[in-house]
Amino acid sequence: MSTIRVGHLYPDYLNIYADRGNIAVLTRRAAWRGHELEVAPLGMRDPVTPGEHDLYYVGGGQDREQLLVAEDLVRKSEPLHEAVRGGAAVLAVCGGYQLLGRGYRGFHGEDMPGIGLLPLDTVAGERRMIGDVLIECELDPGEKRTVAGFENHAGRTRLDPGAEPLGRVLAGFGNDGEGGFEGCRAGRVIGTYLHGPLLPRNAWLADWLLAQALAHRLGTDESPALEPLPDELERSAHEVSAARARSRGGRFD
Amino acid sequence: MRPRPPLALEIAAARGVAALSRRLGAGGGTTIPGKLLAELDRGAIDRLAARLAGGTATVSATNGKTTTTAMAAAILRPRHRLAHNAAGANLVSGVASALLSSGDDADLGLFEVDEGALPELLRRLRPRAVCLGNLFRDQLDRYGELELVAERWREAVGELPAEALLVYNADDPQLAAVAEAHSGSVAFGLDDPKVARTSLQHAADSKYCVRCGTPYEYAAAYVGHLGAYRCPRGDHARPPLQVTAREVSLQGLERASFLLDTPDGSRRIELRLPGLYNVYNALAAAALTRSLGAELDEIAAGLERFSAAFGRFERVTVGDKRVLLLLIKNPAGANEAVRTLVDGGAPRVLVVALNDEIADGRDVSWIWDVDFEPLLPGLERLVASGGRAAELALRFRYGGLAEDTIEVEPDLARALDRGLELTPGGAELVLLPTYTAMLGLQRVLASRGLAKPYWERSG
Repeated sequence: MSTIRVGHLYPDYLNIYADRGNIAVLTRRAAWRGHELEVAPLGMRDPVTPGEHDLYYVGGGQDREQLLVAEDLVRKSEPLHEAVRGGAAVLAVCGGYQLLGRGYRGFHGEDMPGIGLLPLDTVAGERRMIGDVLIECELDPGEKRTVAGFENHAGRTRLDPGAEPLGRVLAGFGNDGEGGFEGCRAGRVIGTYLHGPLLPRNAWLADWLLAQALAHRLGTDESPALEPLPDELERSAHEVSAARARSRGGRFD
Repeated sequence: MRPRPPLALEIAAARGVAALSRRLGAGGGTTIPGKLLAELDRGAIDRLAARLAGGTATVSATNGKTTTTAMAAAILRPRHRLAHNAAGANLVSGVASALLSSGDDADLGLFEVDEGALPELLRRLRPRAVCLGNLFRDQLDRYGELELVAERWREAVGELPAEALLVYNADDPQLAAVAEAHSGSVAFGLDDPKVARTSLQHAADSKYCVRCGTPYEYAAAYVGHLGAYRCPRGDHARPPLQVTAREVSLQGLERASFLLDTPDGSRRIELRLPGLYNVYNALAAAALTRSLGAELDEIAAGLERFSAAFGRFERVTVGDKRVLLLLIKNPAGANEAVRTLVDGGAPRVLVVALNDEIADGRDVSWIWDVDFEPLLPGLERLVASGGRAAELALRFRYGGLAEDTIEVEPDLARALDRGLELTPGGAELVLLPTYTAMLGLQRVLASRGLAKPYWERSG
């Protein structure tokens, strides 16, 4: 049994959409398989040491908080890139997702730097895209699964040509409300606008991340199989959330 | 331009609709006549408000506006005929409806106002006194980010007439910044380190200096980010308090008391409501009514008379059991409900009901920011209910509650019955519903003759 080490970036600043729910899900689901999840907060001016963490988590924040951390994150950019090259996994949600791209251009032209871990740019739009979302992902070839969540963002995120989205939008807006895709995936790095929080009602994605983190821990390319859990409540919560996305989608605000 | 119908005609038409709405069983008609009026002529609201000889007062806050307004009404009622939106319909249409149904002898308007509707209603009502209670993160899908709400409030407050009095909670850094936009203001707040928390809660919102972004230092943190704060760089600090609650005493699930300290003197206030958040509500009501001319004796008497506002700490007797209804709607409010329950001896059976209608917030992620954990040690059975019952069950399960302790029953009536069945005779069942789940549970209780429908109550 292993200890999985999570580096939680800016938990004091980026926590607006119940990001700690994602951490709770990772912790319990690891524990139920006999693994221990150790979560270390990585705040302002805390150093990032490549190799020290198997999974990094970046949550969402209000515009002001996001701006406060953006500059500090740039200082962590190089070690984070190195950590990812070394096989560490990353989950970034909403504001954190935008910060993993190359940057965010505000509605009035002000810029917020990103760290370019994901090949994308974000530009503020006039109206926020708010509502329930359902997407279909294929993280492992041939295995199509859905992710249900809630989005609330003014940013329009555009992926570089050839970049891999996290999933195809079945209901809701997604990255830009037009292209029909949501999120971005590059190897073990995942960014998404979906909160809710993301992982409780999408338990398979939590397990996928845990498996990637374990692979980093064990230094393998193949991620280990995790013992399946009953997940009845998780499936039921997923179904309700997916039904909401299908019936009421998103709205502009 | 369409000619404007005479005001009296509009009033008659709109009142007729309210009666019709109730007769058709379509609910209380607490907003329909106002919607009609707003549709016919939005400016009618301004003219209706202008007919009130004593002017109007408004109360806005993320949490506690219904209770604060109801407390203020209890203080003011002996001296005034109030136009008051007691059932909590707090948008433009709800205020219009309250103005319509208040009767021609009303002399003072007292309105709780939705955070988003405040700017328009301040322009229309031109209130004599404006009370701002707190700003917490709440239904981000509906209101947007807290900073945005604060900015809109700041603009609206900046446009208040010079003679208007702003009464605000100085323990909230955002409100202290909002209050700077107006010259005539009264700061209220709490001063009692022994009821402070040792650290900021997880869901604390305004933690960073409004001017420079440095985390505030708290000499005392009371509820969420409310407290005695100062920026370590000296850029911002809690303003001096004019109306203060000191020597707070919290007595379980039954009562609370505090020393109300004002420039005119001090009074011990005994509340028939529990919890520190109700001390804040009472303090806000005291500061507001004092600015409207109420004497300390009237304030103390009104607050002591007051029992509970609509759905906020309501108790209903069901056979040999009691049901206690506590509305939860956002992390800060739910945290206080939890703290009050734990202080009063944590319940063994709990029904929590999570809906995701517009009035509840469609985004249910906030339940993960609530510190439900203090309830878990004594909890023998949780009945998770409402449209998002499964999500709620997950919240408790991933919070550490054993799976065989959790029952999922989305139907509110059946969840209530199950909760009652699990509650021993002589004991109290605690219900924690979100807004529309609370309305649903009250309908169930009313249909069994256990509670009055909401449109038949006065606050």
